[in-house]
Amino acid sequence: MTMFSVGERVRIKDSHPPGHRRTPFYVRGKTGVIERYCGDFKNPEELAYGFDGTPKRELYRVRLAQNDLWENYEGPASDTLDLEIYDHWLEKVED
Amino acid sequence: MTTDDRGTHSHDHDHPGTTPDVNETGYYELMAEAMKELLIEKGVVSADDLRRNLEFLDSRDPADGGKIIARAWTDPDFKSRLLEDGTKAVEEMGLTMGDAELVVVENTDDVHNMIVCTLCSCYPRTILGLPPDWYKSKSYRSRAVVEPRSVLKEFGTELPDSKTVRVHDSNADMRYLVLPQQPEGTDGWSADRLAEIVTRDAMVGVVLPQA
Repeated sequence: MTMFSVGERVRIKDSHPPGHRRTPFYVRGKTGVIERYCGDFKNPEELAYGFDGTPKRELYRVRLAQNDLWENYEGPASDTLDLEIYDHWLEKVED
Repeated sequence: MTTDDRGTHSHDHDHPGTTPDVNETGYYELMAEAMKELLIEKGVVSADDLRRNLEFLDSRDPADGGKIIARAWTDPDFKSRLLEDGTKAVEEMGLTMGDAELVVVENTDDVHNMIVCTLCSCYPRTILGLPPDWYKSKSYRSRAVVEPRSVLKEFGTELPDSKTVRVHDSNADMRYLVLPQQPEGTDGWSADRLAEIVTRDAMVGVVLPQA
């Protein structure tokens, strides 16, 4: 049983901790939909400092609408941006 | 002065328009070199491990990717397996993803996929070889997510608004390969012949393969 399920709306945390992070700034605080669960992976934020990367984190692909990312986006509303986010960067969105 | 005079006159002056052939070592190059020496000195990796890895990477090129795509075009069962679990499917062809996982994204009449890594230059190196310089440039890495359609146009790929552009930022453990649509006029071609028209850029999703 994973923490999030495919199709679920999630928010990527708007958090700015120091250190090695894999969550690009341009998606922080943005809302999208779980596209797939990729598996459990060692946490790169720990690996980067020589720790063993455990506990492993659930990795998800999150699909965001380009219109939600950029003001005045050049393309149609259906265009998307997909990227990978570890579970501790995601929070549930109340519908 | 005639060309015969080259090297015979003194060099206390500059030759306009020429660059001296001196390689200045940059900061990061020095740091990488220092790190390499330390790792070898402490026995974490051996010089031979490093050489073997470099040789492996240098031996990879987009031809392997082309074979994967051509097989997917000609073998529907393989295509299903490739889209379901790319890492496992390419292993059938004797190819490895190393430490990463492969996600294959399919272009259709309605969707066009393109790949970028905004954080660094993640790329399916084991099946496409080393990424081209433009893929690693800050310009591509930032613009591909902000204005993908403009970037595609610069590659000569103009897509109608009726087609969804899906950008994939490979920011973590997945690597991506675009499965392009088989071009018209190639029905009945052998997988070998099809593999030749699948270019590197088509598998990154910035161009469409041409027959």
